[in-house]
Amino acid sequence: MRSNLGFFSDEKFRSIFFQTLVVGLFALGLFFVISTTSYNLEKRNIATGWSFLQNPAGFDISFSPFLEFKSTDTHLKVYFVGVLNTLLVSVTGCIAATILGFILGIVRLSSNWLLSRLVYIYVEFSRNVPLLLQIILWYSILIQLPRVKQSLQVLDVFYISNRGLYSPRPIFESGFSYVLIAIVLALISSFLINRWAKKRQDKTGQQFPVFSSSIGLIFIVPLILFFILGSPMSFEHPEMKGFNFKGGLVIRPEFIAMFLALSIYTAAFISEIVRAGIMSVSKGQREASAAIGLKQTWIMRLIIIPQALRVIVPPLTSQYLNLTKNSSLGIAVGYADLVHGFGGISLNQTGQAIECMAIVMATYLSISLTISFFMNIYNRSIQFKEK
Amino acid sequence: MKKLLSIFAVAAFAFSANAGTLDDVKNRGFLKCGVTTGLAGFAAPDDSGEWAGLDADMCRAVAVAVFGDRSKVEFITTTGKSRFPTLASGEVDMLARNTTWTISRDVNLGFEFVGVNFYDGQGFMVPSALGVSSATELDGATVCIQTGTTTELNLADFFRLNGISYEALPIETNDEGKENLFAGRCDVYTTDASGLSSTRAAASNPDKWKVLPEIISKEPLGPLVRHGDHQWGDVVRWSLNAMIIAEELGVTSENVDAQMSSNVPEVLRLLGVEGNYGEMLELSNDWAYQIIKQIGNYSESYEANVGPDTPLEIARGLNALWTQGGILYAPPFR
Repeated sequence: MRSNLGFFSDEKFRSIFFQTLVVGLFALGLFFVISTTSYNLEKRNIATGWSFLQNPAGFDISFSPFLEFKSTDTHLKVYFVGVLNTLLVSVTGCIAATILGFILGIVRLSSNWLLSRLVYIYVEFSRNVPLLLQIILWYSILIQLPRVKQSLQVLDVFYISNRGLYSPRPIFESGFSYVLIAIVLALISSFLINRWAKKRQDKTGQQFPVFSSSIGLIFIVPLILFFILGSPMSFEHPEMKGFNFKGGLVIRPEFIAMFLALSIYTAAFISEIVRAGIMSVSKGQREASAAIGLKQTWIMRLIIIPQALRVIVPPLTSQYLNLTKNSSLGIAVGYADLVHGFGGISLNQTGQAIECMAIVMATYLSISLTISFFMNIYNRSIQFKEK
Repeated sequence: MKKLLSIFAVAAFAFSANAGTLDDVKNRGFLKCGVTTGLAGFAAPDDSGEWAGLDADMCRAVAVAVFGDRSKVEFITTTGKSRFPTLASGEVDMLARNTTWTISRDVNLGFEFVGVNFYDGQGFMVPSALGVSSATELDGATVCIQTGTTTELNLADFFRLNGISYEALPIETNDEGKENLFAGRCDVYTTDASGLSSTRAAASNPDKWKVLPEIISKEPLGPLVRHGDHQWGDVVRWSLNAMIIAEELGVTSENVDAQMSSNVPEVLRLLGVEGNYGEMLELSNDWAYQIIKQIGNYSESYEANVGPDTPLEIARGLNALWTQGGILYAPPFR
C-alpha cells in the first residue's frame, strides 16, 4: 500500500502535480470558453474582427473638451474621446477627493465636538448610500436649475443654468508663451531652492523662507512679465445666441454631477484612511515633539504626517483605483466616458460586443495598473529608510 | 486536435439552446417577448398592469398562434441598447420593440426581420413656446437623442446635410428623454414620430408641445428573430401577415365565427376550414382563427392602441392597407 503512494508522499512531486493540474484545468476552461464563443458567433452569423474601428461612427458626441469630434470620424476616435473623458473625471475627482478627504480626516480628529460629529455624519451618509444614487441625486438637482433663457448671472461673466456653467474663455495671444516659460523656470528654481535650503539646514541649522520665496517666484515674477508684455491675453465671453450660449467655456451638468458624486463619495473613504493613519502614530511621538518645543503645525508636518503617510498611501491607492473604475457609472447621466461612448454607442451601432468590451476592459486595466505603478513608486519613497 | 475541437463544438451546441425556437417555446409553455421599457400605444402596462399596445399585440398574436392562449407570454423589457444582445443570447424568443429594419441589423447583427408592423419616420418635438416651425431652424439647439438607435445616426446626417450645428444630449430611455425635454435640459427631442406622439400624449399639458412637420427618415418598425431559425421566423412572420390579411378580407374578432362559413376561399384557408396551413407551420390548424378571435385583425389592434381615437391620435397614413392609399401589404394566403 505504502509503495503505491510513494510518489505522492514526495512533497516536490506533489506540488508539481497539483500545480500542473490547476494550470491544465485553467487552460482547458479557457479553451472551452473561447471555442464555445467563436462557435456560437459563427452559428449566429455575427461578424467578428477589428475592421469596424476604421468605419465612420455616424453619430455625434458633444462632450469632447480635448478632441474635436464629428459624425464622420471613426469609431477609433470615439474610443479616444471616451478615454480622455474618463481620465478627465477620474483625475479631477482623485485630486478633489484627496484634498477633501485629508481636510475631513483631520477635522474628524479635532477636539471640537460639533465639527467632529458633522464630519462623522457626512462620512457615514456618503459611504453608505450607493454611488449610483448619489450621481443621480446630483444630476436631478442640477437639472432643476433655471432654464438656459433664465440663466443666473454671477459677477456679470458667469452664467448658470441646467445646461451647465458658462464662463469666459481665456484666449492667449502671442507673447503669452514667455509668461508660460517664466512659470516653468520659476517652478524649477523653487524646486532647486528647496533642495539647497534643506541641505543648508542639515549642515548649519539655518533656515530659509522657502515657501514665501517660491510663491514670489511662481506668481509674482510671471505676473510682472505679463504686464510688461502688455497683457497678452483676452477673454471670449459666452453670449446667448438662438437656443444656447455660444463661445466661452462650459462645464456640463453631466460632468459636474459625476465630479461631485465621485469626489464626495471617495473623500468619505479617504478621510477614514487619513484618520486611521494619524491615529496609528503613537501619542508619545506627539508628546515628545511638544517637549522639545516644536510648534503645533510643525509637529503635524514634520512628525505626524510623514509617519501617517506610510499607513495612508497603500489604501489610498485602492481608493484612486475605485474612483477611476466607478467613473464608468457615467452612463447613468449620459456622461460621455469610455463605457458610454465606445463601450455603449459604438458597441450598439456596430454590434461588435466582444471586441468593444475587450478593448474597454483592457483600457481600464491599463489605467489601473498605471495608477498602481506610480503610487507604488511614491509609497516606496515615503517608507522608513533603514540605515 | 481536430477531434477535440469537434467534441467541444458538439458540447457548445448542446449549451446554446436555440436549436429550434418553436420547440423550445412549446416545451417552456410560454413565449418570451422583448418589448420597450414602456412606450404608450406600442408596449406599456395599462391601468390594470397588463401589457398593451401594437407591439404587445404582436407578442400576444404569436403566443396565440403557438398555444391558442393570449396570456401565454412573458414580456421582457429591453432598452435601445440591450435589445440586440438580449435577442442574440436567447433571453427572448423574439423582439417586438419599435425596431427599425436596416441592412446592418438584418445582415451583420445576425437577425431576421420578419415584416413591418408600423411604418414610421423620425420627427422632432419642441415646446410650442420655442417658436420654431421647422427643423431647419434648429441651428445650435440641444437635442435629446436615444443612444444606439438609427435615429441617432439620422440626426447626425440631417444636421450635416443642412449645414447646421447641434449639441447631442445622449439618453437611454424614452422616459429620460421626456424628463430632460420637460426640464428644458434639451430644446428638442427626436425619435420616431409615433414615439413623439406617445410622449406628447403622456405630457400633463400636450398643447405645450409641438411635433415639427419634417419627417427625416424611413423607419419601418417590425418584429425580428434570430437569423437561421427559419421555422420560427415563419411562425412570427405569418402571425403578423394573418392579422393584415384578416383586415384585407374584412374578418374581425366580432364576425370571425360567422366567417367560418364564408364563401370566400381565402377566408376559409385563413381560418383553417380548408387546407392544412397550420400543419405546415407545425401549429394547430385554427391558429389564425385564434389570433383574429383573441387579438383582432391589424386594423382593430391599430385603432385600439395608436389610432385617431386614442391619446396618440396617429392617422393610418402609410399604415393603411395598399388598397386604401397606404403601403401595408401581405403576401397572399395560399
